[in-house]
Amino acid sequence: MRGGSLWQLGQSMTRRLAQSDKKAVSRRCFASDADLKKTALYDFHVAHGGKMVPFAGWSMPIQYKDSIMDSTVNCRVNGSLFDVAHMCGLSLKGKDCVPFLETLVVADVAGLAPGTGSLTVFTNEKGGAIDDSVITKVTDEHIYLVVNAGCRDKDLAHIEEHMKAFKSKGGDVSWHIHDERSLLALQGPLAAPVLQHLTKEDLSKLYFGQFQILDINGSTCFLTRTGYTGEDGFEISVPSEHAVDLAKAILEKSEGKVRLTGLGARDSLRLEAGLCLYGNDMEQHISPVEAGLTWAIGKRRRAEGGFLGADVILKQLQDGPTIRRVGFFSSGPPARSHSEVHDESGNKIGEITSGGFSPNLKKNIAMGYVKSGQHKNGTKVKILVRGKPYEGNITKMPFVATKYYKPS
Amino acid sequence: MAAARFLWASRVASRLRISVAQRGFASVVLKDLKYADSHEWVKIDGNKATFGITDHAQDHLGDVVYVELPDLGRSVSQGESFGAVESVKATSDINSPVSGKVVEVNEVLTESPGLVNTSPYEEGWIIKVELSDAGEVEKLMDSDKYSKFCEEEDAKH
Repeated sequence: MRGGSLWQLGQSMTRRLAQSDKKAVSRRCFASDADLKKTALYDFHVAHGGKMVPFAGWSMPIQYKDSIMDSTVNCRVNGSLFDVAHMCGLSLKGKDCVPFLETLVVADVAGLAPGTGSLTVFTNEKGGAIDDSVITKVTDEHIYLVVNAGCRDKDLAHIEEHMKAFKSKGGDVSWHIHDERSLLALQGPLAAPVLQHLTKEDLSKLYFGQFQILDINGSTCFLTRTGYTGEDGFEISVPSEHAVDLAKAILEKSEGKVRLTGLGARDSLRLEAGLCLYGNDMEQHISPVEAGLTWAIGKRRRAEGGFLGADVILKQLQDGPTIRRVGFFSSGPPARSHSEVHDESGNKIGEITSGGFSPNLKKNIAMGYVKSGQHKNGTKVKILVRGKPYEGNITKMPFVATKYYKPS
Repeated sequence: MAAARFLWASRVASRLRISVAQRGFASVVLKDLKYADSHEWVKIDGNKATFGITDHAQDHLGDVVYVELPDLGRSVSQGESFGAVESVKATSDINSPVSGKVVEVNEVLTESPGLVNTSPYEEGWIIKVELSDAGEVEKLMDSDKYSKFCEEEDAKH
């Protein structure tokens, strides 16, 4: 599984419908269900009508009783509560945790103000992306980070290997993987007002990208004002034994307006926000420059390097990358991952990496990579879906304007 | 929307057969139609057949956003794909339950693909064909068999 492509997941669901060899399909399902990990909210999801599906080794809700379309729209009108406890949260501690992490990511971690964080990329020796992650410098001796569920084993092995080498040279760094905590994401216009009911801290002072450790609904939580939807919202790391109570409290305080929302809508929302899904829009062979994440490479880091693959990335910053990630609108059926992108004369210029129908815009949206030079907004393209070309054009992202809470 | 569908289903179901599925909402299976195991329904009228996807199929697919229709005059074969139905998350092939020649396609679905969800057996019909082999209908399931088939499939999930 490529880091958990939700489209592939949807495909496997519908392929079941068309399967003539039903027995083989159901046997495969049975074998895998028993091995899936469950979050602290598993029973809660089932009780609320969650349709559970395998995702990155976990049993997760793809949707609830409302359709993916309604759920996606509701997030932007009211709000959504997501169980993202399958993702891996960890803390790096020690005097040298900042310089240590800087050997592995492109961010200017030293330059982050305490209690602030950012999206970053873990790179490999070729300058490609191992994973994307939201990192937060809590203090100079404590970094909190969250990595993708599908990349957990790979990322932890990578960090551990480099940590061993760093420590053997006298560096002071250690880690703690927060398997005792569960991550919930609360997103949408009602996120802040609802969460404010559950904490004494003044959330109006916590801006996008900022972090705080505080009491929420009676337990000590790590709170980051961030998300994967483009809306204002939070990711809340709560001790797992209190996760269900917190979820219940959030839903109750919103009087039903904030709804439990599954991975299907989460994927539609992040696509509308123009955000990459690792495994689709970013992979081992794609650099952060090609992915349009040059802004995430700290200024000092561009001058100094010092992270894996820096030579490749710095060269791309100088010469420009050969391919670039762009957004697309198109007519006809929604463009999906691996659909070819052609110029108007029929020459292949790129490939779609994520696509679907936008519930909020009511049109097809997609993202993918095209050859540099062909990447300007407005460029007319043809996208091949099931062998037939359909009209499209390149557009900037996000498709739906973001509403991050920033100081005015 | 869920409420409107439930009322429609209750109305239809009270006239005809209803199949009780594992979930709260009953998947509607109509008595007079025949069914393929890839979840298409067929209505035979002389040597013409109308088909679409079943309530069970549209429920599993979710909101349909696009229907790929075949060209008129094209021949279709039993069990083979002739088009596709796209939901927000996925694409599903539509297989022809019988062989024949496409004589009519439901153009309304181009503007309103959601009809496949709200009215899978009536306004959401997909194509009409002229049968080339009436005997093929024998290979399809009747409503009882199809209801059981759906229950068994759902139980495995």
